[in-house]
Amino acid sequence: MKSSVIFEKIAKAFMYLSIAIVFVMVASIIWTIFKRGFGCITWEMVSSLPGGGFYIGKEGGFLNATVGSLYIVLSSTLLGLIISVPIVFYLNVFLSQKSKRAYWTRLAFDVLYGIPSIVYGAFAFTIMIYMGLRTSLLGGIIVITLLIIPILVRSMDEVARNFPRDLLEASFSLGATRLETIGVVLRQIAPGIATATLLSIGRAIGDAAGVMFTAGFSDSIPTTLSQPAATLPLSIFFQLSAPQAEVQNRAYAAALVLTIIVLIISLAGRFITNRFSKHKLN
Amino acid sequence: MRNLFLKKFLKSDSNEPFTVNAKFKHPDKAEEINIKDFNLYIEDSHILKNINLTIPANKITCIIGPSGCGKSTLLKSINRLTDSIENVRKTGSILLGNDDLQNCTESELVELRRKIGLVPQRPTPLPMSIMNNVAYGCKIHGVKNVRQLRRTVRHYLKVVGLWDEVKDRLRSPAVRLSIGQQQRLCLARSLAVEPEYILADEATSALDPVSSRIVEDLFVKLKEQYSIVMVTHTLRQALRIADYVVFIYMGEIIEVGEAKEVFNNPKHELTKNYLQGTIS
Repeated sequence: MKSSVIFEKIAKAFMYLSIAIVFVMVASIIWTIFKRGFGCITWEMVSSLPGGGFYIGKEGGFLNATVGSLYIVLSSTLLGLIISVPIVFYLNVFLSQKSKRAYWTRLAFDVLYGIPSIVYGAFAFTIMIYMGLRTSLLGGIIVITLLIIPILVRSMDEVARNFPRDLLEASFSLGATRLETIGVVLRQIAPGIATATLLSIGRAIGDAAGVMFTAGFSDSIPTTLSQPAATLPLSIFFQLSAPQAEVQNRAYAAALVLTIIVLIISLAGRFITNRFSKHKLN
Repeated sequence: MRNLFLKKFLKSDSNEPFTVNAKFKHPDKAEEINIKDFNLYIEDSHILKNINLTIPANKITCIIGPSGCGKSTLLKSINRLTDSIENVRKTGSILLGNDDLQNCTESELVELRRKIGLVPQRPTPLPMSIMNNVAYGCKIHGVKNVRQLRRTVRHYLKVVGLWDEVKDRLRSPAVRLSIGQQQRLCLARSLAVEPEYILADEATSALDPVSSRIVEDLFVKLKEQYSIVMVTHTLRQALRIADYVVFIYMGEIIEVGEAKEVFNNPKHELTKNYLQGTIS
């Protein structure tokens, strides 16, 4: 056999191996969570707030954490989109590809992208102490928003940069202003926005470090923005770090709920992305 | 609900006369484009040198010349798509009738660009349905009447001969059309805002021979009502359809004249060489 053919076979084998590793990992994580989670989950746990002895294995549930997580994730994703979509438009429609300002902005977002969430949390915590604020839902939302803006901007920007310039010219030559052209850009990059949103939801819902200092933890569902809020990752963390085996097992029930929420959001996102991309050029 | 509208729309009498959108002002007489002492620099290189040119109305003017000589830049200068290039500097003026395209305000530019349609090299359907592609231009210029929009769409799809091919799927994405159909859709889209000029930047180079023939024939048909400026690489195409020919070499206009004159009796040595294929 020719050496190039052998080389291709080896390369192919590596590709298959990598894919297999990923699949095995995903499957084993889901398997573990589902097996242990379904073993101990009860309707009471999903639908009620923690009772007095919840963290030592008595009655109650973690509805506070589920609702807190959803509050934080949904509002910070919305806020994040409101802030980052204009940034992406500014970078791609108003600034030219070689502009210095665009270069520095992108660099800044790359740096922000790499900052671990615990740093965001600690930073926000310092400011909150300085201003005399206590942990609150609002603090959590703000920190998570800051955390996901770089993710949103960079992943949307990547799509928007591949935006065909001809399409801009087509719109301009019909007499559209740059603001009106944004409608065209929006349709073209809609799948990119959907993907970016999914990525950031995934990051936001799984983040424990950022919200630990800022949103705090609470056994009740917050009714105002200034009350502390519980989150699922923190709930899992507290239960797993309990000494009793049954409480540790219950952490898997919370993990199961978290996993199901993420799965639902990604599948829904896929569906929406496919619907959006039917008009896309190329 | 939408489909119901569509059904009604399809059944409606196709012979009803098409009325021009009242939104769009038309001059009494076809206007010429006058380019005077036009220079264009990108950074330090002088791309277009002292262009003086009158583009006659209701004729097909072909701009020919070797690659990279500034043909497309000249074309794009006419509706100021060159604005988005970095470090671009321009002197001189380009007049459409009495309006100066180079020194107008942003809001005047929007109206002037409407008067000058563009058919791009590669078809670029907007990421919308076929119907909205044609209606888009009208919508941004403030035509809101749905019936008027539908009439416009139908009329211009008929003009470019696309109506019978797409009338059953006006709501489907424009990107699903074939390349040749997409190019005709782009033409319909430009025509829908009722321009006076059509700029075509190698509009047929990405098309198969049959589609490009259809587009060519369309141009010949359209010149009664529109003035067409096209950049082309295909000398045969210029020979087939051009009324006037502009030969550009290294950013300078070498020869301008009636197509027959230039092709049969080129006055300039460079033109002769280009037509014989010794320079390209």
